[in-house]
Amino acid sequence: MSEAEQVCTFYLQEQFFGVPVREVQEVIRYQGMTFVPLAPREICGLINLRGQIVMALDLRRRMGLPERTADACPTNVVVRTDNGAVSLMVDEIGDVIEVNGECFECPPDTLRGKAREVIRGVHKLQGRLLLVLDTERVLRCDEKEHTETSRTLRPS
Amino acid sequence: MADDIVKEFLVESSENLDLLDRELIKLEKDPGDRETLSSIFRTIHTIKGTCGFLGFSKLERLAHAGENLLSLLRDGAIRLTTERTTALLSLVDAVRRMLDNIEKTESDGDRDESALIETLNRLQKDGDPAAPAQKTEPAEPTAAPAPAGTHDAPKGDKGPAPENYVGEAVKLLGRILVEQGVATPEEVAAAIQKQLEGDTRQLGEILVERGAVKPQDVLNAIQIQQTAKSSISEASIRVDVNLLDRLMNLVGELVLARNQILQFAQGSEDSGLVTSSQRLNLITSELQEGVMKTRMQPIGNIWSKFPRTVRDLATGCGKEVRIEMEGKETELDKTIIEAIKDPLTHLVRNSVDHGVETAERRAAAGKPREGLLHLRAYHEGGQVNIEITDDGGGLDCDKIRKKALQRGLVRADQIARMSEREVANLIFLPGFSTAEKITNVSGRGVGMDVVKTNIEKIGGTVEVHTRPGQGTTVKMKIPLTLAIIPALMITSGGERFAIPQVSLLELVRVEAQSAEKSIETVQGAPVYRLRGQLLPLVYLNHELKLQSSITLDGAVNIIVLQADGEQFGLVVDQVNDTEEIVVKPLAKQLKKIHVFAGATILGDGKVALILDVRGLGQSAGIIDEHREQRESATDYDERFAKTGAEKQALLIFEAGNSGRMAVELASVARLEEFPLDRVEKAGEREVVQYRGQIMPLIDVSRAMGSSSSDRTDERAGRKLQVLVYTGNGKRVGLVVDQIIDIAEESLAIDHPARCAGVRGSAVIQKKVTDLLDVPGLLELAAPDLLMENEAATEGKPA
Repeated sequence: MSEAEQVCTFYLQEQFFGVPVREVQEVIRYQGMTFVPLAPREICGLINLRGQIVMALDLRRRMGLPERTADACPTNVVVRTDNGAVSLMVDEIGDVIEVNGECFECPPDTLRGKAREVIRGVHKLQGRLLLVLDTERVLRCDEKEHTETSRTLRPS
Repeated sequence: MADDIVKEFLVESSENLDLLDRELIKLEKDPGDRETLSSIFRTIHTIKGTCGFLGFSKLERLAHAGENLLSLLRDGAIRLTTERTTALLSLVDAVRRMLDNIEKTESDGDRDESALIETLNRLQKDGDPAAPAQKTEPAEPTAAPAPAGTHDAPKGDKGPAPENYVGEAVKLLGRILVEQGVATPEEVAAAIQKQLEGDTRQLGEILVERGAVKPQDVLNAIQIQQTAKSSISEASIRVDVNLLDRLMNLVGELVLARNQILQFAQGSEDSGLVTSSQRLNLITSELQEGVMKTRMQPIGNIWSKFPRTVRDLATGCGKEVRIEMEGKETELDKTIIEAIKDPLTHLVRNSVDHGVETAERRAAAGKPREGLLHLRAYHEGGQVNIEITDDGGGLDCDKIRKKALQRGLVRADQIARMSEREVANLIFLPGFSTAEKITNVSGRGVGMDVVKTNIEKIGGTVEVHTRPGQGTTVKMKIPLTLAIIPALMITSGGERFAIPQVSLLELVRVEAQSAEKSIETVQGAPVYRLRGQLLPLVYLNHELKLQSSITLDGAVNIIVLQADGEQFGLVVDQVNDTEEIVVKPLAKQLKKIHVFAGATILGDGKVALILDVRGLGQSAGIIDEHREQRESATDYDERFAKTGAEKQALLIFEAGNSGRMAVELASVARLEEFPLDRVEKAGEREVVQYRGQIMPLIDVSRAMGSSSSDRTDERAGRKLQVLVYTGNGKRVGLVVDQIIDIAEESLAIDHPARCAGVRGSAVIQKKVTDLLDVPGLLELAAPDLLMENEAATEGKPA
């Protein structure tokens, strides 16, 4: 990745994350949502986005981070996917910043666990690190987990 | 080459080909029908002409060969035989194949059709000495049908002048004149005769000359003819299906927006807003209806292929089958039409292949040689009913029973309890097929269950009724549309859900005082007694793992649902309202949760999940019964042969000299005690009054043949221990001496049955125990009861 790229940034538990801006459809503030029973934990519910039903996914849960406090109002970063829009729930939205490939590095080998699956790489910015997510993987892995969940939910 | 022209050609030709199929069948029935013959000729000619122009030379050659044959037929030089019809039908198929190829690759393909062309050419001369010298050149397009009113057009005649040629839909000039009352039929006939004799003038001209009509009348009639022609071509336009789909989606959105506005307006004081929202409501409903109509297609569109299918099949199996259709114009949503196309075709094929007997067998049975396949479609209660009836031999229920057992689809005791109708519907089980030999049509055992699954996928139902010797009817109920559905809104665990009304049977509210009494449990599974039938209950809160919130008044709301022919009661916290909802698909990640069919946006803008009744029943274990039955039946033998098989709950009891016995707990509805003085006599039988019915009692040990003359004294002063056994909606009380225990044991039958009524012996709790075979016992002790049961079920309206 050598060309400059625009990244939409956000915070999750004080860590700095981003997704490529071209994948982002819009950013909306916290919305009431409909809980989906039996769904995997990281799926928080369904949002009515101007008549379109959008699934909301909690990035904290997806990455195995601790839960938000009850009164926190996460922001929705709605990203486009091949299967329609999906909202990623983040703590706080940041700016859109431009990064170039020179400061990009693959995730360190010591990065483990759920976060490893979804982080595409790290941008070494001045004074801090920006972790860029792979939205496709964010959603894909979740499928696999879901089948496991549903299996355990259905005692034969 | 302009793509548009090719596209236009493809669309037009595929419609024409469908028409050809129908017309050829029609023509075979009535070879003298010159109008149909001419129409066929014209269609093939048009295809030939257009593809010549577009440069599809192979297709052109093929069409040319067909045209030659047809022109001879039309001229009456040769007669239409079955062989010729078959050749022409295969021509239609070949043309269709080539058109498909053109659509995909823009060329008419490399397939060699010379054999077919050869056949078509050969059939031109075959076996008709009267045939005139062969025409190698196709007839001119100007050739036209004889005018209405006459069937014996002269052979080889070019017919009247081309301008006089009109399509079927446009009335002939002569007919218009007669209808207008300006000319008598005789005069018109005479003029036509004159034309046939070689007069090349127009019909009107002849009539005017003969003084039969005034020139003005002819002009008027021509005017009428022209208007008819133009209005036919202008009354409809082709619209892209994608556009309609988009419109439908937009209307769906509009319905949602309307619902929201209505809700705002309801709470508003502003009378202007209220009025305009009501107006919006009306217009939206009408628009919705209108747009839905654009997507509606008559079921005749798929039926029109069936005469051909039936003919080919019937010829193939040497049968004579006639097809009749009723309600062709019944309309269904396009998506549904597409979804039922394959299942319907399968059923039709099945009926011809298995349903209708051969002509000889029919004749022997005193039926007309020609079998009848009757298709019927009609609206009823917001649904479309489709029936496929044949007048064949009907389903052989004994064979089905045997087959189902042999395939391990059901257990013997289950079969014994089934009514004829239930037995007939076993054919929908996966892996079932009664055809003794596998034909190329059906009999692979993957038919009927696929039909059922596909119909149920779109929210429909299918069942079969049969009358031995008289025929079989397959009846389907199909929803009109899938996009916007009426639904019942309910609340459970603080969340709202929508239940499609198609699966809804009724709502039952059990008041707090009676709730505890009327909801009973069978082995921990809650059931509700609904008009004497046990209705299994499913708690939605529990099923969805939601917080159970108890209703304020303690009342229980039961929604009686039906899916897959099984009924169950869904217990919810609250029943809210009915609403028209627009079904939206769920995200891919959520599709695997089978209890949800989709989501929708409610009037207040919130999202609600739509429950999938079938999926819910499955996850609660109600619908999967068949599969479980099958599994348990297949390893039935294994389970008895091996130890360590699946555990089963058994009720262990003592019955006089017969000793220790056991029966599957699942087959026992209740355990009751009756004081001896409640036992009454009805004829030879002991009965008790039980829950408003007369329940016959069968003494197990006596039925097993142990000497028991003194038993009445023995048990005097005691209470009778009775196992209430329910089968076929009838109860039988089995009198035992003592109930010992309930045990969970893996059954391992060591000894086969030593006498009737006993399935065998097994070691249960370290003691030898006989396993009671209840159906067998009933047969032994009270065969009349069994017969009564059967009579009762057969008497039910199908």
